[in-house]
Amino acid sequence: MPSRKREVAARPLLVAPRPHRVVLALRQSIDGGVDLEPCIAPGARIRPGDCVARPRRADGAALHTPIGGIVSTLARHPLVHADGPGPCVIVEAGSSPDPESAPSEPLGDGYRALAPEALLERLRDSGLAGLGGAAFALDAKLDQARNRGCGLLLLNGAECDPWICCDDRLMRDRAAEILDGAQVLLYASGAARCVVAVGDDKPEALGALGAGLAALGDERITLQAIPALYPAGAENLLVATVTGMAVPAGGLPADVGVLCHNVASAAALARFVRRGEPLLRRIVTVTGGGVAEPCNIEAWIGTPLAELLALAGSGTAPPERLIVGGAMSGLAVADASAPLTKAANCVIAATAADLGGPRSGPELPCIRCGDCAHACPVDLQPQLLHWALRAGDPLALARLRLEDCIECGCCDYVCPSGIPLTARFRAARAAELRRKEAEAQARDWRERHAAQVVRRERVAAAERAQFERARAEGDGEAGA
Amino acid sequence: MNEASAPAPHLSGGRSVARVMGLVLLALLPYALVHAWLYGPVLPLQLAVATAAALGAEALALRLRNRDPGTALRDRSVLVTAALLAAALPPFLPWWITVFATAIAVLLGKHAFGGLGQNPFNPAMVGYATALLAFPQEMTRWTLPVTASPLDWSALASTGFASVLGLANTAAIDGWTGATALEALHTGLAQRLTMPEIRALPAFGTFGGAGVEWLALAALLGGLALLLLQVIRWQVPVAVLAGLATAAALGRAFDPGAHAGVLLHLFAGSTMLGAFFIATDPVSGAASARGRLVFGAGIGVLTYLIRAFGVHPDGFAFAVLLMNLAVPLIDRHTLTQVHGRART
Repeated sequence: MPSRKREVAARPLLVAPRPHRVVLALRQSIDGGVDLEPCIAPGARIRPGDCVARPRRADGAALHTPIGGIVSTLARHPLVHADGPGPCVIVEAGSSPDPESAPSEPLGDGYRALAPEALLERLRDSGLAGLGGAAFALDAKLDQARNRGCGLLLLNGAECDPWICCDDRLMRDRAAEILDGAQVLLYASGAARCVVAVGDDKPEALGALGAGLAALGDERITLQAIPALYPAGAENLLVATVTGMAVPAGGLPADVGVLCHNVASAAALARFVRRGEPLLRRIVTVTGGGVAEPCNIEAWIGTPLAELLALAGSGTAPPERLIVGGAMSGLAVADASAPLTKAANCVIAATAADLGGPRSGPELPCIRCGDCAHACPVDLQPQLLHWALRAGDPLALARLRLEDCIECGCCDYVCPSGIPLTARFRAARAAELRRKEAEAQARDWRERHAAQVVRRERVAAAERAQFERARAEGDGEAGA
Repeated sequence: MNEASAPAPHLSGGRSVARVMGLVLLALLPYALVHAWLYGPVLPLQLAVATAAALGAEALALRLRNRDPGTALRDRSVLVTAALLAAALPPFLPWWITVFATAIAVLLGKHAFGGLGQNPFNPAMVGYATALLAFPQEMTRWTLPVTASPLDWSALASTGFASVLGLANTAAIDGWTGATALEALHTGLAQRLTMPEIRALPAFGTFGGAGVEWLALAALLGGLALLLLQVIRWQVPVAVLAGLATAAALGRAFDPGAHAGVLLHLFAGSTMLGAFFIATDPVSGAASARGRLVFGAGIGVLTYLIRAFGVHPDGFAFAVLLMNLAVPLIDRHTLTQVHGRART
C-alpha cells in the first residue's frame, strides 16, 4: 500500500483559529457510540470550556464548547457518522468576544496527592475520550483497567493508514506531553510499565520520543518500533505484536492485562492535568488531492469540515469524495458542513486520482483466488464468508467467525474481482447485532409477560381467598 | 462530492481478474517457444482453433443464460482455458477434437455450473478427460519431437498443419508418431520388459520423456515466474510435485523392477504444466493454505497411482477432477484459526 503521508507529516503543525460557530455533535464516534444528552438550553449564554452535554452511560465522555457565545439551537445536523444526520448543539459566538473562561483549577503535580479513584472522578467531567477512533471515555477505560488489574499500559502510535499522520506530527512536536500523560495514566491505572509502540516508518517521531524519554528518566516507560504495516495499529493486533499475547476474539486488551490508549489521548490528558483544559481540540490530518496544502491542523471540536479544508487551501481539482478517517476504514461524508468530532483523525478530500481511478469494471464473481485470506490480518477466510453470505447461511457465517472481522478493508484492497467484501461484512454484522438485540428484547418481554401472568394469578387467588373467608364468616354469623 | 454512500475502503490494490489471467497467458510463452522448437509452429494454429471454439462457446452460453457477453468475455478466463487445452492436447490433434474438448470445457465444465467462479471442476480438465474417453486413439497419438523424428523441422511443420487441418495422409501417421515415455513404460511393463530395456527405448530422454522433458522445464520456468509475481501461491505446485515424488520414491523403493524413478515422473507427461498451470486454478481448488497443501498432495499421489496401477498411462486430468470433488470436504476440515480463537 503506497504511503501518502511523508511530506504531509513533515509540514509544520497549523493551529486553527477559534471558529465563530461550532456544531457539537451528540455522537462523537464514527459509528455506534454513546448518545449524549444536552445539559444546556437554547438561548443560554456559555463560556468556552463549559460543558454542553453529558453521557447517559459510563463509557461516554462529556462534551464541552470550545467557543463562548449563545446556544442557538439543538437540532439535527449532518454528521460524520455512519447513521447520517444526528442531534447537535450549535453555538454561535457573540458579537463581543466573551472573556476567556477561567479553566478549572489545574491539578498539576497535585494529581499524585489524590487517590487514583479520586483522580478518575476528576477526569469524569474532562471530556477526555479515546482519540484513536472509538471515542470511549478515558476514565471508563481506566476504571476498567483498575478493576481488571492491567499490568501493562500500551500507547498506540502505530498510525498505519496510508494517509493519516496526525499522531506522527503530535509525537514529533509534543513528545514530552505524551510521556507526561503516560505517567498520569500509569498512576491512574495502576499499571506497572508502559510501552509506547510507534510505526517504524516514523523515525522523527521515534527520535523525539527517545529524546523525551532520556530527559524524563522513567524506566517504567519504554519505546518500541513496530512494523508499519496496515492494520498494525488495530488495538488487538497491536497487543499481539508488542506482547505476543492474542486477545481473545471479540474481547478487549484488558482480557490479557493490557490497557491500550492512543498517544493523542495521553497528550490530551497531560493538557487537562497541567492546564485544566477539557478536551476542546485535537490534531487532524487534512489531506488529499482536493486541498492545495495538505497538513496537520490543531482544530477545535465542532469546526465544520469545510473550514478545515479551507485552512489547507482549496485545491485545483474538486474532490470526488470527502472521507473522514483513513483511506482504508474511513467514512465517506456527503456534506462538508458536518463538524469535526473527537474521533476524527483525518479528513481526505480525495480526487479520482487519489482513489486510484474507478474500478476497472463491474463486480465480477469470486474466483476463489484466496488473496483475501492471505491479506486478512485476523486469519479469516473472506471468500468462504462471501459464499456463506450469498447462500444466506447463518450457521456457516458463525462457523467462519464473521463476528471476528475487524473491517480493516484489506480483503477489498486485494480482491481482483472488485467485490465490496468489507461493506457486505459490515452490513451482515450490523444485521446480526440487530437480530440479537431484537431477540434479547423479545426474551425480556416474554419474561415480563410470564411474570405478569403469575402476578395476576396471585392477586386473583388472594381475592378468591378473601371472598371465601368473607363468605365463611358471613355463614357463621347467619348460623349464630 | 458525490458517491457519499461509497463504503470503505477507499483504495484498491489495482489487481483485476483480467490482469491475473493475462499474466498466466504470458507465463505460457516459454512453453510455447519450446513447443515450436520440438514440434514445429503448430501450437499457434491449435491455440487459434481452441480460442475460437472457446469464445464461440462462451458467447453462446452467455446468450443462452441471458448474460451480457461483453463484461463476461473481458475477464480473459476463457482465453486461459483455451490456452491450457491447446498446450496440453497432443500437438498434431485434428482440429475437430480440439473444438470438441474446448466446447465441453466451456459449456459443461464452466457454464453448466454458472460460469466464472462457480465451476466445481477444472474446465480444461473436464474437456481433456472427455476427449480422452471419446477419442482414445487420437488423444494418445503423441508426435515425436524433432530430436527423435525421422522428419526435419520444416517437414514436421507442414505435417503438423496438415494433420491439425485434417488433410494428413492417415497411412503416413506412423512415420511421425510414437509412444510417450509414460506409455512406453506402461506397455513395456505389460510386455514383461526389464526397466533398463524400457529406459533404452527412444521415448525416453536424458531425465524425462524425450522432448517432453524440455517442455516440462519451460513450464517450470513459467510457473516460477507466476510464483514470483504472486499470481499463484507455492502450496499447490509444491504439494503436487512432492506428493508425486514421494509416491514414486516409495514405489521405486519397494519394487524397483516395476516402477520408474522420481525424475521420470516429474519430467514426463503433463506433470509440470499441470502442477503450475492447471492444479493452481483457484476456482476449483481448496481455499486455505493448508487446504491447498492437502489438495495438491492428493493430486500428486493420485496421478502416481493412476500411472502405476491404472489403465491410463497418464492420470493427471483424472487426479485433478477427483481432488476437485474433494474440495468441499477439504475446505471444511482446514479452516484457519482466527486470531484470538482456539482451534475448533
